[in-house]
Amino acid sequence: MIRILQLTILLLVCAANAQDVSREDIRGLDEQIQGVKKDVIDLTAELTQLEEKLLFPSNTQVSFFVSLADLQPFDLEAVELKLNNEIVAHHLYTFREIEALQKGGVQKIYTGNVQTGSYPLEVTFIGKVQSGKEVKASASYQVDKEVGPKFVEIRIAGNESAINFKDW
Amino acid sequence: MFPRQASFPCWAMMALRAVVAVLLCGSAAAESEREELKDLFFGAAMFQAYQGNYFDAIVGLDTELDQYRQLDEPELDPFTAHLGQAEFSVGDLELSYRMHLEAGRAIEAVLKGDVPQPVRNEAAYRLAKIHYHKQQPLNALHALEMIDGRVPERVRADEQFLRARVYMELGRFEDAVELLRDLKGEKSLDGFVQYNLGIALLKSGEEERGVLELAALGKNRSSDPEKQALYDKTNLLLGTYLVEADQLALARTYFDRVNLEGPFSNRALLGAGWVEARAGRYDRALVPWKLLQERRVTDEAVQEAMLAVPYAYGKLDVHSTAAINYGRALEVFGNEIDTLSASIDSVRAGKFLEALRRKEATQVKNWVVALRQLPDAPETHYLLDLMASNDYQNFLRNYRDLNDLFERNKEWLKSLSAYEDIIELRRAYYEPLLPDLDRKFRELDARIHLRMEQRDKFQRRIDQMLVTRRPEYLANADEQYARLRLQSMRELLAAGPRHYSEEVEARIARLEGVLNWRLATEYDDRLTDAYKHLQELNVEIAKLQTVYQSYVRSRQAATQSYTGYNGKIHTLREQLLNAQSRLETLMARQGKMLESLAVNELERRRSQLEGYQIKARFALADSYDRANELQEQRADQRKIEQYRAKQAELIPQDTPQELQAPASEGGDQ
Repeated sequence: MIRILQLTILLLVCAANAQDVSREDIRGLDEQIQGVKKDVIDLTAELTQLEEKLLFPSNTQVSFFVSLADLQPFDLEAVELKLNNEIVAHHLYTFREIEALQKGGVQKIYTGNVQTGSYPLEVTFIGKVQSGKEVKASASYQVDKEVGPKFVEIRIAGNESAINFKDW
Repeated sequence: MFPRQASFPCWAMMALRAVVAVLLCGSAAAESEREELKDLFFGAAMFQAYQGNYFDAIVGLDTELDQYRQLDEPELDPFTAHLGQAEFSVGDLELSYRMHLEAGRAIEAVLKGDVPQPVRNEAAYRLAKIHYHKQQPLNALHALEMIDGRVPERVRADEQFLRARVYMELGRFEDAVELLRDLKGEKSLDGFVQYNLGIALLKSGEEERGVLELAALGKNRSSDPEKQALYDKTNLLLGTYLVEADQLALARTYFDRVNLEGPFSNRALLGAGWVEARAGRYDRALVPWKLLQERRVTDEAVQEAMLAVPYAYGKLDVHSTAAINYGRALEVFGNEIDTLSASIDSVRAGKFLEALRRKEATQVKNWVVALRQLPDAPETHYLLDLMASNDYQNFLRNYRDLNDLFERNKEWLKSLSAYEDIIELRRAYYEPLLPDLDRKFRELDARIHLRMEQRDKFQRRIDQMLVTRRPEYLANADEQYARLRLQSMRELLAAGPRHYSEEVEARIARLEGVLNWRLATEYDDRLTDAYKHLQELNVEIAKLQTVYQSYVRSRQAATQSYTGYNGKIHTLREQLLNAQSRLETLMARQGKMLESLAVNELERRRSQLEGYQIKARFALADSYDRANELQEQRADQRKIEQYRAKQAELIPQDTPQELQAPASEGGDQ
């Protein structure tokens, strides 16, 4: 809305140019673009499912998700995941990702395959609280992989320097 | 994946119920307090949505919604808690991803459904918003007319504001004024209401009130650049309006209020100069114009100022300075015309689209400006105004979306080839192993079945013994053997009486008695032991079954890891190739539109500059003539003055001799 208002005057300049391409042409093309977008969305959903089935079958699939527990602002800078003493994920967060986590989004940080059994999971994070103080914490968890896919939520409470785990 | 359906099956009714729940609860609460997450994958989709990754978010939510709709008892699924939010989010995301048709269809489905009036009203408002953004004000009005009663509180102000803007688009300014007056003071629309109210008042004939409204808004100052831009725009608009209304004395104030660093400053400086020039105060007009003259030469206002400055000097009779400035303008115009010609060639050669397709296009802020630094790229400063237009922005985004989809599909095509390789590797690995494994498994399977039958038999016996006392079932192997031997001896005695003797009979009876005694007295302990052993056996059997099931699953997984994919992959590849061909065609068409609009704009600016160039040449010549004329006049003047001065020198201060009486002439004589 702001942009529209800002640019009203500029639009007057461009109106003549836009008229060189007919409104009908624009509308027709726009509708075709919307149609192809819808088809590619559907196709991508199918391809994603195929990929998951092929690369991460449910009997071996394990996925980890990161979320923020804090309602107070906390800037998560990096997260590292060690599964069975091997680093499986190391992620540095962009501003947009931090914002998305703060709004309640959940990041799928890792998907892999393991056989049924128990595996140690070690999570380390670094971040900054509102005062600018750096916070670093680690926590361990035992991932019990059974027959079905395993989903674990890693809930980071940065202001309390805590990490909670939840099996889904 | 199912296409979104227009009809209303049961899931849709559930979705609507959830939507209603979401709407009735209000999202304001959700904003202040984060909603508890009930479905991890919904959270993952929203993670993409919150980052503006619309495509990934729509794919995620669509997948979730489709899977949910396929459930037998969807109401038991935790996703139910997010269903309403997911449905509305998909609609919003589709709007953000410029899929208005899809979003419109989803909203129309809500409108056709049996939903409470507040929900219907909000849906109608959303539909109207889509039409308004698609520049279809009449359709937007029809959608707004579907609203019966009040819309939910949280969108009420937005709905009124949209209605007012629709009225303005349709020329119903009095109606718009009425609505906008009611909206004054609405925090979320601060500034925008006054701006539109001011314009609506001007257009409805209430000029004085309109000017007052806009003047009040323009007085504001803000550190927020977007707000300040709105105030600057208001002042510029007001200044321009007053100049056109020939109220020059008032206009200058508004031009002066525009922030000198803002996006409207060039036009304001130009306007301020013209106000002074029209009032004949050319010396004062030179102040803003000279400031403008030093700014970026690609700006239209700056180019105009390059002509305006010497024009003012000319009016002030400083023709030589005017000539110098015209000369400078001509040089700049010449260079810029060359730049524009090169830019037009660059756009026609496809360099512009090539630059827009680069990865930086989505990563670098103001990429369109930055791309001018690429070799052979067009001078994009000339395209900034064009690019700021709604149409062009949509074309640009659509072009990038298509390119993004094309690149994604290209990656998927590569992935499909990789998947085929994986499948072949798996087949090559598993197929030779499986026959031998299957043979061993069959043997094992037979043994497992035997043991299972034995266990079942024991279970049945113990069950029987719990009802009827059967000590013989609990005899150990030796006792069983002894019991059978005693039994056969009795049969022997019965068959051949010649073996019979009382002593034998008594011995058999005694042995039977000992055996029965033992079995009877130890019956309870043995039954308990048997039960315990059966429990232990059950544990072992359960382990065996786990291994068995695990083998069956592994066997199944091994087979499933390479069978049944070929057809699917083939179909998906065909679909991808088909989509790629459509994307290429659409990209070419959209690209052509972008190019032709860019070329048109660049040509317009070039022909404008060519016009300026001609004016500047004539003005330069005129300035030289005038300067020469002036110089000649001055020279003549100087000559006259010199002549006069000389004459003055020739005439003595005292009375010239010839004018004096020849007193001494006679006297001397």
